[in-house]
Amino acid sequence: MWKWIQAFASPQNFYRISEKIIPWFWYPFIALTLVGLYWALIVSPADYQQGESVRIMYVHVPAAWMSLFIYVVMATAGGIGLIWQIKLANVVASVSAPIGAAFTFLALVTGAVWGKPMWGTWWVWDARLTSELILLFLYLAYISLNNAFDNPKTASKASSVLAIVGLVNIPIIYYSVEWWNSLHQGSSVSVTKVSMQIDMFYALLLISFAFKFLYGTLVLMRARDEILVREQNSRWVKEIVMEGDK
Amino acid sequence: MNIYLNTLKRDLRVAIRNPSSVLNPLLFFVISVSLFPLAISPEAATLSQIAAGIIWVASMLAVLLSLNALFHHDFENGVLEQMVISHHSLPLLILSKIAAHWILTGIPIILLSPLLGLFLFLDGESIKILMLTLLLATPSLSLIGAIGASLIVGIKNSGMLLSLLILPLYIPILIFASSAVSQAQFGLDTTGQLYFLSTILVVSIMATPFVSSVALKISLE
Repeated sequence: MWKWIQAFASPQNFYRISEKIIPWFWYPFIALTLVGLYWALIVSPADYQQGESVRIMYVHVPAAWMSLFIYVVMATAGGIGLIWQIKLANVVASVSAPIGAAFTFLALVTGAVWGKPMWGTWWVWDARLTSELILLFLYLAYISLNNAFDNPKTASKASSVLAIVGLVNIPIIYYSVEWWNSLHQGSSVSVTKVSMQIDMFYALLLISFAFKFLYGTLVLMRARDEILVREQNSRWVKEIVMEGDK
Repeated sequence: MNIYLNTLKRDLRVAIRNPSSVLNPLLFFVISVSLFPLAISPEAATLSQIAAGIIWVASMLAVLLSLNALFHHDFENGVLEQMVISHHSLPLLILSKIAAHWILTGIPIILLSPLLGLFLFLDGESIKILMLTLLLATPSLSLIGAIGASLIVGIKNSGMLLSLLILPLYIPILIFASSAVSQAQFGLDTTGQLYFLSTILVVSIMATPFVSSVALKISLE
C-alpha cells in the first residue's frame, strides 16, 4: 500500500495517471448536475412557506458543505505534506484553496440572495453567516501567504501550518459566534434524520455529489498545471513541453 | 533555565534602549481609541455602549503592530538562526520572547485601559471587568500572534500580511472579551466568558510555542 502511494504520488506518475482519471470525475459531474437540476427545479415541490425561492437551497447548501469539506481536505493534505514530505499532497493543498474560497463565496452570495426574500435583508450577523465569512477570510489568508514566498516549497509548508491552525480554530470560531441568537434556520439534514420532503432531499444529495466531482475535476486539472510549474527543471517536464511544441 | 530568563531579559533590555518600538504601538492604541468619539458621537450613552468593542479592537491592532518586530531584528542579525540550531529548547526560547513581548505591550495596554474606559464613559465595575479580560486575553494575543510572526519572518514588507493571517484567529477572543464587558454593564454574570478566555489562554500557552517553532524552522530553511 505504502509503496503504491509513493509511486502514485511521484509528480511524474501523477501527471501521467491523472490525465486518465479526470474523465471519471468530469462525466459524473455533468450527469449528476443534469439529473440534480431536473430534480431540484422540476420534480421537487415548492416549499409551503418559502415558495419557489426554496430552490436556491440546492446551490446554497451544497456550496456551504463544500466550503467546509475543502478546508478539511486542504488542511489534511497540508499536514500529510508536512509530515511525510509528499510533494503531491502539498500541491493538492495549495490548489484547493482558491476552489474552496470560490465555494465559500458562492455560499455567501446565494445565502444573501435567499435571505432577501425570506428575512427581508441581504445580511445578518448570525452565527453561521459570520463563521462562513470568517472561513472566507481564512481561505484568503492562506492564499496570500502562499503567494508571498518565492520558493513554492517553503510556501506550501508555511501555509500548511496556517491551514492546520485554522482548522483547530474553526470549531472555536463557530461556537463563539453561536453566542448570538440565530436567525438562520436549524439544519434539516443530519446523519440520522432527514426533516424535509424526500424529493427535496434527493435533489440536494445529487447536487452535492455533483459538486464533489466538480471539485475532484478542478483539483486534478489545477494540480497538473501546478506540478508542471514546480517541476519545470526536471527532464520529463521538458520532454512534455518539447512534444507540445511540435 | 537560565538561558530562557536571559532571553527574556535581553529582549526587555533591547526594548528599553530603543523605547520608540515599545511606545509607538501604545500611542497608536490611545490615539485610535480617541478617534471614535470624534467620528461617532460625544454622547455618553452612545459611547459607553460601544466602549468595550472599541478598546478591544484597538488593543488587538496595537498588539498586531508590535508583533512585526517580534522576530524581525533577531532574524536580521542572525540570532534567530542561532536559537534554532542551539541545543536549547526552541519552544521555550520562543515562549520567553513572547513573555517579553507581553510585558512590553500587554501590560501597558492593561494599565492604560482604565483611562480609555473613562474617556468612553464606562462605569467602574465594567472597567474592572475590562481590565480582567485584557489580563486574561492579551497573553493569548501575543501567543497566537507569534505563530503568524514566525510564518512571515523571512518575507519582506510583510506588515499587511501578518494582519490577514492573525486577525481571523483573534475573533473568538474578541467575542468573549467584549461580550463579558457588555454583560458587566448590564450587571449580569460574566464568569462564563472569563472561563472561556482562561481556557483559550491555557491552550495557547501549551500549543502555540510548538507550532511557532515548527513555523520558524520552515521560514529559516
